[in-house]
Order: sequence, then C-alpha cells, then structure tokens
Amino acid sequence: MNSSVIVFPGSNCDRDIATALEKMQFKNQMVWHKETKLPKSDLIVVPGGFSYGDYLRSGAIAGKSLIINEVIKAANEGCLILGICNGFQILTETGLLKGVLLRNKNLKFINKDINIKVINSDTKFSNKYKKNQILKINIAHNEGNYFTNSDHLNELKNENLIAFKYCDKDGNVNESANPNGSLENIAGIFNSKKNILGMMPHPERMVDNLISNTDGINLFSSLLK
Amino acid sequence: MAKQLRLNLKKNKLKFSVTVTLKKDVLDPQGKVVQNTLQTLGMDNLKSIRQGKYFEIELDDSDSKTAEKKVNDMCKKLLANLIIEDYKVSKI
Repeated sequence: MNSSVIVFPGSNCDRDIATALEKMQFKNQMVWHKETKLPKSDLIVVPGGFSYGDYLRSGAIAGKSLIINEVIKAANEGCLILGICNGFQILTETGLLKGVLLRNKNLKFINKDINIKVINSDTKFSNKYKKNQILKINIAHNEGNYFTNSDHLNELKNENLIAFKYCDKDGNVNESANPNGSLENIAGIFNSKKNILGMMPHPERMVDNLISNTDGINLFSSLLK
Repeated sequence: MAKQLRLNLKKNKLKFSVTVTLKKDVLDPQGKVVQNTLQTLGMDNLKSIRQGKYFEIELDDSDSKTAEKKVNDMCKKLLANLIIEDYKVSKI
C-alpha cells in the first residue's frame, strides 16, 4: 500500500503518522502543500497540527492550498483519505466532509486519553475492529466540537456514517463522556461513499505499548489490502 | 504628472468592510464569556454579546458593483464558513 502524508506549515503530527504507517508496512511519502502532483497513493493522510497557526478558522487556509485540489480529485476517484484532528478540520473546510468543528464547549484546549466506541466496523478503515468495541485513545484539540445540520445528521445516522462516538470506559455514550460538546458525541465520520474518514482522536499515537497502547493499530491494519 | 497619477490611483481604489459573525443559533462561547465578564464589571443592563471578525478590504477597481461582487465571492470562498457564519459587506 502506498500512502502520502500532506505537510502544511504548522502540521505537527505528520511524522507521528508517517512512523505509524511505516510500522504497518505502508510505503509512505511526505508531500509538501505547495506540490501540484500527488505520488501514486492508495491512502492520503491529512495530519494533525495547527496548519497556518489556525489563522482565520482552523483548517481554513490549508483547505485552499494547492495540493488540496489534487486531494479532492483523488478523493472523487475513490482514493482513501484519512483526516486526523486538524486534518478533519481541513477536510470539512474543503467540503469533502460535511459539517464543521466548533470551539470546544468548555473553551479549553483538551489533551487527554478518552474512550471512543466503534460505531461502524464495516468499512475499509474499521474492519479489523469489532462493532461497539471501546478504544482508549488520545485527543488534543481546541476545536473538536462537531456540528452539522439536522438533514446531514439524519443522513449520518441512516446510512451508518458515524465512525466513532465518545463514551465512558464502560461504553456508555452520554453527556458526561462528551469531552468537547460534539453533537451526539460524534468523534469521527465517513463521507457517503465511505472512502473518507475524518476523526478528532489520534490513532497514530496509539500504536506502541512503550508510549501508550495499541488501540490505534487496527485502523491502519484495516486499510492494508 | 505625479499628482495626476496619485489622483487616478485614488479613483481606482474601493474600500469595503466585512464583518463575519456566528449564526444566531450557533453557540458563541467567547461572546458569552465576554458578556459574563462585563456583567461582573457592573454592566447590569447588558443583554447579549456576539463576537465576530472584521476585515477591511481594498480593491483596485472603479466599478463599485463588480467590486462588491468580488468581495462577496471572497466571503463565500474563504472569509466565512457559511455553515456556521453570516457575513455583512459594506462600502467604506
């Protein structure tokens, strides 16, 4: 599997994701945002960080960069796209994923390990997980409060496009397990063709027992052909 | 000559202001905190505060109609996220 990681000024999870991908035997390339051509890729990752210092809105400037046109083209041709944290914000700004990530409800930057539940395990990104499996995973963001209109929320529910929801350690999805105020505890969503996943939690930080756990590994192994 | 050039330049410049604010139904936590703080400072009759962004935009254009259209395009393409924000353009 060939993967590409897009790098913007201010990206800071780009090398973490590259390490995770290489650990899982992906042939990875880093792609600077000013490039106008993508290397042949089965997977494109838009990494976390603070692209352009979050100027204007998180992800707004990166969402209009040169390479993004190529990412949109590849996405429309069915290439797998993964946006993590700031990458999720960038994908919503490009319109590849619907909705928006607002400022956390408590106005604080949250960096901690939380629990999420796998809602749809029948996709290219999640087939190595079990449905309703509970993962312990790190979040680190200031704007992770997912919001969308009621039509799109219905679409997310009816077409099983919610990837992950925040929950407590026993798997209960409720207000007290919602770290940032996200609508219906949503932590990650797919597009309608399920070839694009955007998520606020960081699976690339959970691939080694030495520093955390390995709950993120199955996301990457799911993608391997 | 130089004076004439400056005059022409001035003529071809149009200035607009754009304010971007969160839509009415979208929670504005920053505005809320500012409001609470002003209330603790004794501003009792304060009803509500919504925080937004302000842009001043200068265009090299002499036709205010096409210029205003361009500014509207800027808002739609980048300055505002229309899912959560409204914008207002005025000539200044």
